[in-house]
Amino acid sequence: MTSYSYCPRLSPFSFSIIFKLSFFLSLLSRDDLPDLHFVLQGRSPHLQRLYPLLCLGFTCNIILNGLLLLSSYNAKHTFINPVGEHFLISLVVIAIRNGGVLLFRGLCVNVLNHNQSSVRGEVGKDAVTVFYEKVTALTGDQPPVVMSHKELHFVHIRQGGLYWVVTTTADSSPFTLVEFLNRLTTLIKDYCGSLSEKSVRMNFALIYELLDEVVDNGYIQTTSTDILKNFIQTEAVTSKPFSLFDLSNVGLFGAETQQSKVAPSAAAARPIMSSRGDQGGKSEIFVDVVERMSVVIGSNGVLMKVDVEGQIRVKCYMPSCLEMRIGLNEEFSIGKSQLRGYGAAVRVDECSFHQAVKLDEFDQHRILKVCPSQGEHVVMQYLLSDELPSAPPFRLFPTIERDNGGRLLMYLKLRCDLPPKSSAINVSVTVPVPKGSLSLSQELSSPDQKAELRAETRAVHWDIPRFPGGAQLSALFKLEVPGLSSASMMEVGPVGLSFELPKYTCTGLQIRFLRLTPVQAGSSQRWVRYVTHSDSYTIRI
Amino acid sequence: MPYLGGEETVKELRRALSNPHVQGDPLRHRSTVLRVIRVMSQGVDVAGLFSEMVKACATTDVVQKKLVYVFLCSYASLNPELSLLVINTLRKDCQDPNPMVRSLALRNMTNLRLPSLVEYVQQPLTAGLRDRAACVRRVAVLGWAKLHSLQPHADIDAAVVNELYSMLRDNDPVVMVNCLRALEEILKEEGGVAVNKAIAHHLLNRLKECDVWGQCEVLGVLQRYRPHSEEELFDILSLLDPYLLSPSVPVMAATLGLFLSLCCRGLPAVSLAALRRAQAPLLAACGSASPEMKFTALCHVQLLLRSLPGLMGEHYKRFFCGYAEPAYIKQRKMQVLVELVNDDNVGFVLDELKGYCTDVSPDTAQAAISAIGRIGRSYSDQCLEILTGLLGLKQEHITSVVVQTMRDLVWVCPQCSESVCEALEGCEDTLQDSQGRQALLWLLGVHGDRVSSAPYVLEAFVEQVRSEMAAGVKTELLTATMRVFLCRPAETQDTLGRLLHYCIEEEADMNVRDQALLYYRLLHCGIEETRSVLQGRRSDPSLGVLIGRPAEPVSQWARSFNTLEPLRQCNAGAESAPQAAPYHLALDPEPTPGSGGGQLGLSLSPALSPQQFEHLWLGGPQCPHGEPGKGLQAALQRSHIQTMAFTPPHTLPWRVYLYTHTRWGGPAPRGPTLVLGELLYTGGRGLRVTAKQRPRDDEAMKGFLQVLSGALHTSSTGSC
Repeated sequence: MTSYSYCPRLSPFSFSIIFKLSFFLSLLSRDDLPDLHFVLQGRSPHLQRLYPLLCLGFTCNIILNGLLLLSSYNAKHTFINPVGEHFLISLVVIAIRNGGVLLFRGLCVNVLNHNQSSVRGEVGKDAVTVFYEKVTALTGDQPPVVMSHKELHFVHIRQGGLYWVVTTTADSSPFTLVEFLNRLTTLIKDYCGSLSEKSVRMNFALIYELLDEVVDNGYIQTTSTDILKNFIQTEAVTSKPFSLFDLSNVGLFGAETQQSKVAPSAAAARPIMSSRGDQGGKSEIFVDVVERMSVVIGSNGVLMKVDVEGQIRVKCYMPSCLEMRIGLNEEFSIGKSQLRGYGAAVRVDECSFHQAVKLDEFDQHRILKVCPSQGEHVVMQYLLSDELPSAPPFRLFPTIERDNGGRLLMYLKLRCDLPPKSSAINVSVTVPVPKGSLSLSQELSSPDQKAELRAETRAVHWDIPRFPGGAQLSALFKLEVPGLSSASMMEVGPVGLSFELPKYTCTGLQIRFLRLTPVQAGSSQRWVRYVTHSDSYTIRI
Repeated sequence: MPYLGGEETVKELRRALSNPHVQGDPLRHRSTVLRVIRVMSQGVDVAGLFSEMVKACATTDVVQKKLVYVFLCSYASLNPELSLLVINTLRKDCQDPNPMVRSLALRNMTNLRLPSLVEYVQQPLTAGLRDRAACVRRVAVLGWAKLHSLQPHADIDAAVVNELYSMLRDNDPVVMVNCLRALEEILKEEGGVAVNKAIAHHLLNRLKECDVWGQCEVLGVLQRYRPHSEEELFDILSLLDPYLLSPSVPVMAATLGLFLSLCCRGLPAVSLAALRRAQAPLLAACGSASPEMKFTALCHVQLLLRSLPGLMGEHYKRFFCGYAEPAYIKQRKMQVLVELVNDDNVGFVLDELKGYCTDVSPDTAQAAISAIGRIGRSYSDQCLEILTGLLGLKQEHITSVVVQTMRDLVWVCPQCSESVCEALEGCEDTLQDSQGRQALLWLLGVHGDRVSSAPYVLEAFVEQVRSEMAAGVKTELLTATMRVFLCRPAETQDTLGRLLHYCIEEEADMNVRDQALLYYRLLHCGIEETRSVLQGRRSDPSLGVLIGRPAEPVSQWARSFNTLEPLRQCNAGAESAPQAAPYHLALDPEPTPGSGGGQLGLSLSPALSPQQFEHLWLGGPQCPHGEPGKGLQAALQRSHIQTMAFTPPHTLPWRVYLYTHTRWGGPAPRGPTLVLGELLYTGGRGLRVTAKQRPRDDEAMKGFLQVLSGALHTSSTGSC
């Protein structure tokens, strides 16, 4: 609107005409300008009356605007019609939010040709600085995935608290770039053991080496660990923080007490490649069944929406390629029509497999055959929507009212409908409360729970470290809210829950067996783990 | 990045590197080199160590070699002379029995990027093309591309290009894909690789050997191939069909892109079928664990919906926001939800959106409220109820957005003005920001006759005008007071006088002052004159805008599919899309149904927005025609006539507004014309058709009326 500054305000209707005019103008060239006068004269009567005014004060503005629009339109067009269709990754940057850039690597020649006067390293550094400025200039939670600066386009993801950035051309596929970055982070996690600022700092040489093999001249060469293991020579540096959990398996005088039936959760967080060290010799394989559920429960307790997305992930530390057979429940069925067996069916709606999975025994016996390569891979993905085989894990019975003193009373009763032997951990209940809530007084049923009012999220957070199946917990919150009105009650809710259900899958999917062929003598260990995460669990009030 | 103590570190490193003890001990030597690289990546200028590092290059330790190469490639252009020393080591490495060392040497030789070294590089590169090991061939092929970009004007030997073409048949799929990439770069001026039938079919057959990245690349290159016959085209399509359902999203997207580029010109039906087929994997990607992938998929779902409105209608629940999702995903999801609303799910969608309106992030809350406003264009009653309820919260940011949304809603759906006017009472106290107050003033001005307290609210504003900072609010206040004065002069006269006096005598902002002067002079011209300037024509309040927008042809967005384009337009929702549409039209002439010699065809593109329609309708000569019958929207849509607005059924007079574009097939090329029409049914028998046309073309009008009467007849025989 700034370009309209020295003109009288018009009625909105004529304003919309002027907008359209300026848009039409954007498509006219300078030679067509006389047409503008023609167009203006033909408009509705009250615009005609304003015509002299328009001519005096407006035309230049509109024309300028039109030309501006025109130029931006042209620019857009050349972006869509690039000369070459190939796409390039020009630069990979790993950056942290407020500490600067950890590592960057120019990967192709072409980006440098744009700016021939400057030296190679500097061009790359310029791009990095530009990105860094863009990220720090933003205040929101995360900048948009694609950012542009002149002809530079940044695509980034966030993983492990780091920004993983590539610069690229406008016509490249965002799906490929995002998938590549995700794959790159998995690779680096495989090779370095974990993904954090610290591990990147310690292993920059390894990451340089990986990047060199993965991308050449801006083109993705391979991301398969089978091929990469022939080339990668640098060994990962890991830091092992001292942890009491490591000692839990060690008995008196260091004797191993439990013939450990359970691998510590950190067991799978080590580099896939290490020739020395006690852990390195072990050939282990970890199979994770991870489900994420997103649920919306209506205020009347009716299940409004349920989606369960699941993955079977295999993380393999075995150097040689073996065939592994993963047996799923025999009753496992895909789609609505195809029910199998007599027991409780385990049903999913859609299912897709990794390219390398052989399915010849799947139809008959529900067996997946894979030759796992080193590192982590998603073998199978599945999706169940709109129904659950069992009740949703949590139900909430809220009572919310205003008391006479203008305080807000929230009595929350939370029931866990899991089977008695399972339990939920790290349960966190978030109840949004009216703006301006001041203080919170609470009555919780056990001392290990915690509740607090956080101003930045405007919500009461109620944390329950452990919640056994079949149990019921209740909490009473009293909030001091100045100026509480009946309309403010609209601001209470919806309640969000986040939790983790170890050893539990919502769909009921189980792994019957894991067999490695040829059978190895004792040395290989196989681990299976089930976990369900809450992607988004919302209960309306 | 400033790094303190850089010089000291460089000195110390130089000492260490030239220390014979360090050089003698492989482990110590390697760790020193490692330290150099570490300082380098921290941003210290270590160019001074170049000669020491060149010496460190001659080693058998592969890890150390790699590290030194990282250094050399970064600083070679600063020391072209010293770099010559490296070449010997590199050329020697190219003869190494270990293929890994060979490929490493070859890659870094080309990565040095020094034009002076080109003559030394060419021979090893040629040898590399014929190496036994695939990994060396991969590097060598791309090496030629690097060489070309180093000297863009020097011609690459035709023999090399031929060799690269023949290497498309290499056993190793990565070598094949790299050949494609290298040829694309080298032959950029000629338009990239010449994809003839043999190459295309070869690539298609090898597709399943490639990994995900290779497949994407090949599918991208194949977009340039034009099959010679329809039969060949369908063979290719059926071969590619399984890739549309690939578990890997990039491959699915690349395949869909190829489908669209192959079919969107000649076979729009096939491309629509492909879109429907790709719906499931795209939906799955919308639920991906990676938020960035989710976002990318959402942006592409929006593209799909432009051609298939309401495609994922039954999956609307997948687009409900998770409470911990980043705001940018929530906003996209709401944009998609607005598009998916239909009679069955509107209640659920609104319930869900209502929950987001009180979100702690103001951006999300704002997006949710505007989304409700957009849905309000088709389901005004339910939405207005929610919006009115939100006003009760009395929170600044919510009230402001709600009032703005109501303003936009009233502008499009005049029938809601009644309930909006009721809701407005009392919200002026909560509004703080200028945008919201401008919206409120506009509403008060336009509907001043229906809001009983309007003059008194304006009076309160006028009293505080001295402390008002925003010029926009002042100009809006002037216009609103003028308008209210026109309908309720007795209550407003005094206020208006004071406002004009203040604005003309004391106001510093020229814009506001000029406007006040204009109004002052306008009032001198008489009340009728003022009325005709300030109160423009209004839309007919009995009309409702139809749900959803017309389907655009796929070709309008096919080019931007699977590029960064859809991700970048941040808030380009439905508003801008139809307006931008007409100008793509020249690129792809729409196929006309049954286009025989000189036959008339109708088409829906470019689409008209309601505002454009109203604008065109109000200014244009009429050509009235009488026509019997009674019609339905679907029948009209089938014959490519778009209904713009209609009165609710069973009310008299019953009206429909419609538009279409005529197009001539056949030998005599004639420009398309735009036809606007009004059907009026006043009871009794007979339907009145009024049509307007631009530019004038009598034959086209005749043809249009034929098609229209045909459509009306089919629908009346079908429904009555």
